[in-house]
Amino acid sequence: MDTSPYIELRDVVFTRGDRRIFDGVSLDIPRGKITAIMGPSGTGKTTLLRLIGGQLRPDSGTISVAGENVPRLKRKDLYRLREKMGMLFQSGALFTDLSVFENVAFPLRVHTALPEDMIRDIVLMKLEAVGLRGARELMPAELSGGMTRRVALARSIALDPELIMYDEPFTGQDPIAMGVLIKLIRDLNSSMGLTSVMVSHDVQESLSICHYACIVADGQVIGDGTPEELREHPSQRVQQFLHGHPDGPVPFHYPAADAGQDWGIAGRGD
Amino acid sequence: MEKLASFGRRGLDILASLGRSGRFLAGVVGGVPKPSVGFPLLLRQLYSIGVLSLAIIVVSGLFIGMVLGLQGYTILSDYGSEAAIGQMIALTLVRELGPVVTALLFAGRAGSALTAEIGLMKTTEQLSSMEMMGVDPLRRVIAPRLWAGFIAVPVLAAVFSVVGIWGGMMVGVEWLGVFEGSFWGNMQSSVSFTSDVLNGVIKSIVFGFVCTWIAVYQGYDCVPTSAGISSATTKTVVYSSLAVLGLDFVLTAVMFGDF
Repeated sequence: MDTSPYIELRDVVFTRGDRRIFDGVSLDIPRGKITAIMGPSGTGKTTLLRLIGGQLRPDSGTISVAGENVPRLKRKDLYRLREKMGMLFQSGALFTDLSVFENVAFPLRVHTALPEDMIRDIVLMKLEAVGLRGARELMPAELSGGMTRRVALARSIALDPELIMYDEPFTGQDPIAMGVLIKLIRDLNSSMGLTSVMVSHDVQESLSICHYACIVADGQVIGDGTPEELREHPSQRVQQFLHGHPDGPVPFHYPAADAGQDWGIAGRGD
Repeated sequence: MEKLASFGRRGLDILASLGRSGRFLAGVVGGVPKPSVGFPLLLRQLYSIGVLSLAIIVVSGLFIGMVLGLQGYTILSDYGSEAAIGQMIALTLVRELGPVVTALLFAGRAGSALTAEIGLMKTTEQLSSMEMMGVDPLRRVIAPRLWAGFIAVPVLAAVFSVVGIWGGMMVGVEWLGVFEGSFWGNMQSSVSFTSDVLNGVIKSIVFGFVCTWIAVYQGYDCVPTSAGISSATTKTVVYSSLAVLGLDFVLTAVMFGDF
């Protein structure tokens, strides 16, 4: 079996406006495994997924997916490559004017010329896999948050992709919905042989299912390895993030002027 | 200095936005989907943009025609030439009010809806997810709406003019008693197909193009927040109205100006 990484990032630099989001990020995402990318909010984890999917282009560096350098691809080749990728957006991003069934059927109708009864069979299979075969006639507005995400998951695996990217899959889910999602992510990965990339800041849930994790902060990878290796990681910043300590290398206080000055009680005699 | 710099920055922003909208238009018009996929999408947009705008167009056209009938009668009867009322109503509607008012109403009724719909699709990541599924939203979402607007506005403008003339006739002939033969006769002899009707149609094609372009571009380019959508919708209506009125002057000068 091919053991080379499915996705390779090398020295990726990305700036948005005046802010440097990534400052030389290098990262390997192994084939057929679940990789969690974790980090504090606002460190550009979603941006990383968009870079991998080719929706954004880095200022410099290479991003290779399945051996193809994404930022260099022509539009047509990029769209072809995307047929091998599934992405689960944070909001689910279901098409609100289509029913659950039609949402899952959408990629099939666009990219294949399958006859209608075969599309129906595939859609029902995918919905069955996420446990929502019975909900096929509902409209997205009638679904709960957890169900929305499951339908979106069924839609993103409709074309049997090689890679699936999850953007904050656990955010805002109740414990049961979270358990369902964890089970689905794990099952899909093992049964379909998918390469899964998960962006999240839910440390415990992510570490419980991933084979490999890395932590991104301040535009850099500050720690990576298997969940066990990370738990033993010597870096204080990694430990602060994993355990959620309020103060540490990432300070509790936003940088501010000298406190005495703000309250006007210091510096009189100086 | 500070003021000058911010003035320059705004100028650059405007130019950048114009450039983006031009590239956007090229991307949309350049990529026509397969007829088997595109035609049903176009039909659906024609229904929601065109057919659903019919009510407001018909009602407004009727009232404007009736008002023209009343005003025209009071003015023309001073000169004893109320028989020319048919000609006046028809020329006003076909040359000016048909295309202009239709475009203004279209911007308010359908343009704002287009912007809000596309903006919300962007905000809820529907456009992004389409892109990630290997489907170009410019072709799938924007192109059918743009073409539907191009097609719908000239047709709506024609409906507007026809209903307006009928409304004017109701007031002029049925109510105020202008002789029906001279109403239609004067109209037929003075309205020329090439210089009046055709020029009106050209105007409405231009307005339809500009209004729909502004509407879909504002939706596609909006800041993906509630405030962003609201300001994009406002911009759609304001820019469309200004563009229609400004272009109308230019087109009128070119078509009917005698210089």
